[in-house]
Amino acid sequence: MNLLTFPRAALVASALLVLTPLFVPGWIIFIITKALFLSIAVMGVAVLLRGGLLTFGHALYYATGAYAVGFSVKWLGIHELLLLIPLGALAGLAMAALVGLIMARYREVFFAMLNLAFSMMLFGALLKFYNITGGSDGLTIGTATLFGAELEPDSFGFYYFSLAIVGIVSFVVCRFMASPLGYFLRALHDNEIRMEYSGVAVRQVVYKTYLLAGTLGGVSGVLAAFAIGHIVPEDAFWIQSGEFVFVALLGGFGGVPGPLMGALVFEFIQTYASKYFPLAWQMTLGIIMLVVILFQPGGLWAIYKKVEQRLGRKGKGDEDG
Amino acid sequence: MAENTPILQTVDVNHSFGMVVAADNLNVTIDSGEMIGIVGANGSGKTTFLNLITGYITPNSGRVLLMGQDITGLPPRSVTKLGVARSFQIPQLYTSMTVLEGMLLSLAAAAGEAGSFWEPIHRGTWKSEGLATLESFGLDAYADRNVGELPEGSRKLLDIALSFALKPKLLLMDEPTSGVSVEDKFQVMDTLVKVLQQSDITAIFVEHDMEVIERYSERVLVFGTGRVIADGAPEQVLASPEVKETVLGHV
Amino acid sequence: MTLATIILFDSLSYAATLFLLSVGLTVVFGVLRILNVSHGGIYALGAYMGTWLALWVLEIGLPPVMTYPALFLGALIIGFTVGPIIERLLLRRIYGSDMHIQLLLTYSILLILDDSMKLIWGMQPMFVSEPYALLGRFSVAGIIYPWYDFMLVGVSVVFGGALVWLVRGTRYGKLMVSVINDREISLAIGINVNLIFTVAFTIGALAAALGGAFIAPKIAVVPQFALEVVVLAFAVIAIGGMGSIEGAVLGSLIVSLARALAVHLAPEFDLVMIYLIMILVLAFRPQGLFGEVEFRKI
Repeated sequence: MNLLTFPRAALVASALLVLTPLFVPGWIIFIITKALFLSIAVMGVAVLLRGGLLTFGHALYYATGAYAVGFSVKWLGIHELLLLIPLGALAGLAMAALVGLIMARYREVFFAMLNLAFSMMLFGALLKFYNITGGSDGLTIGTATLFGAELEPDSFGFYYFSLAIVGIVSFVVCRFMASPLGYFLRALHDNEIRMEYSGVAVRQVVYKTYLLAGTLGGVSGVLAAFAIGHIVPEDAFWIQSGEFVFVALLGGFGGVPGPLMGALVFEFIQTYASKYFPLAWQMTLGIIMLVVILFQPGGLWAIYKKVEQRLGRKGKGDEDG
Repeated sequence: MAENTPILQTVDVNHSFGMVVAADNLNVTIDSGEMIGIVGANGSGKTTFLNLITGYITPNSGRVLLMGQDITGLPPRSVTKLGVARSFQIPQLYTSMTVLEGMLLSLAAAAGEAGSFWEPIHRGTWKSEGLATLESFGLDAYADRNVGELPEGSRKLLDIALSFALKPKLLLMDEPTSGVSVEDKFQVMDTLVKVLQQSDITAIFVEHDMEVIERYSERVLVFGTGRVIADGAPEQVLASPEVKETVLGHV
Repeated sequence: MTLATIILFDSLSYAATLFLLSVGLTVVFGVLRILNVSHGGIYALGAYMGTWLALWVLEIGLPPVMTYPALFLGALIIGFTVGPIIERLLLRRIYGSDMHIQLLLTYSILLILDDSMKLIWGMQPMFVSEPYALLGRFSVAGIIYPWYDFMLVGVSVVFGGALVWLVRGTRYGKLMVSVINDREISLAIGINVNLIFTVAFTIGALAAALGGAFIAPKIAVVPQFALEVVVLAFAVIAIGGMGSIEGAVLGSLIVSLARALAVHLAPEFDLVMIYLIMILVLAFRPQGLFGEVEFRKI
């Protein structure tokens, strides 16, 4: 009875995610909560990476979701998660629909750097238009509510809600990756010419994937806003985008499991590293990235697949999630 | 479409790359159902011809008509949707996927479902159709193997199979047997021609190998410096000394 | 009339700084086809090293005019050490890889360099004003301008000219062009492609370090400014055409003009303006103004 092979491993992991909070102290629950909503944004980056598209500006969508919450709280007094999650998703989607019109025409270097440019533009706007956005002070929001009941960021309620959202998002991402569009996304990385010569509008494939990624970023931003309680322009800064990219690389692009694994490892490392060597935190990330790139570019997911293969059962190809 | 409309027609097509003339006043007419071989020395404009009629390059002047419709200036994606499919000198395959998955992609594209993001691509109808096509090309044994594991001749056949799965009316093949070993060459062509004859496809293949041309084409177009310098049945065309000199370099 | 003159002068001096910042990045892209994200880190290192040496020169009692060679020396040290180390140790391993792997690698080097500066020189800003103050100021239309800014214009012209001469006039330069155009043929005829790559990257690193060293007297050197400058440099070369030195000139002029206009007429937009221009240019001419379109042969 091999617990490490794929379908069973997923069940075991899900069970662990559900049961662990019952046995660990509050601060660990909070770390996992942070990992959960981080993984949602990273899924967006990872999906794009599956098609060979690297974005250095995903914080654009994360900030969009966060500020959508910020404005809702500030102008409408709404704290209700059931309203704000769809709102954040829609905000991310709308932003992606707009920016994607330009982004879908590019690949490689330009794709990466133009995304960065857009996110830095938002950063600049958030910073300068302080009458609306609160400038560098940002916006402070209160506690989230679910069906009207308050959910503190480090509570069980907030954790299980985040887990539920991750569950829904994972389901969507899995269906996406298993669909024709998901496969054409992979094909984008392999051979655009063959795609063109199959009558496929390559730009549409990029655009639709980008829409998904933007939506995921927005959802992540909503949860993050409430977890941290404070929304600042730095949410759109390149450092935030770099964090998403780092986690995507670390976890590997296995659709759902990669980002989750990467996010968990990242949050735990960050908690300890920023406490013990704050001045070398970026360097730590940089060195880990170098090691991953040079020795195991497929990240934790690839390591897991190798382990799975060695245990006798053949890995199920690319059946993500 | 009137019964006598040729499936493909180039009208006064001209194209140059800087100083190099790649297409010189090309007026080619191809009728439905024909099996055409194209020969010519390197640089005579054969691949450029394929690029021009599929829209990868827009000619400097002239028009390209597909079943009577003017397709000049349309990109390959649109030309493909109108019924043209193509395989390449260097096989253009989906390198990270299995052979069957590649076929599923072609079938999904043909069904207009490239943008569908909810239903899975691995579905019964497409899988069986894909396997059937692979079988007719002799590739079904490789169905679940990664594309990278295929030998060269099979890679070429897969490239053609992927194009064939789009159910085109006109199939273009760029050097289907180059890189294939001498022993396998005729086997590849026999398989190919059998499949083509069973469906109602017009086929054009560019080739360097004279034996293949002689054996499998009904009509031969000889290219030289961007022009068609001979056009007719293989026995006549390939016997002409002028053709032999241009293409082979000797009489 | 005066406003226009001010805007013009502002743009010219800012263009010089942008050019010195971005020309190294475009040269490296032109030869290696890699966008070196760590460029910003090398630039910042040049600024730190140059400033530190200049401060030391003053501390040991040498005349202030010696700060100029100190800056120059600092840049040379960085360029000739960091450049080859990065290229040979790390970059070389990923030459054939996907573009996003290359970007991630250079990005991770940037992170490491950025923190290295924090660890070596601390978090406090460093500032050496002598090179700047020594040259004094002049006055035009009632506005006072420092000579240093105009010296930078001169430095950029000399530097740009030197690079163009290097690439077009010398043997190494012609070898580089041949490698750009066809790697395989270059290898086949015996050109030491590896050496060319190292040389090209080192030139890029030198350019970055020199840019940083000469900008340092105008600003206080602080940690974390490395990646912001890379985005700016990328905007400049994307507009001008990646791989083109003339493009870097044009891109610098355009971006600085846009920024000068924004700063004087609509200050909230100064950050946004640069990226807006980049997006507009790329929307109409994706390869940049002097860039070349790569035609994929099938």
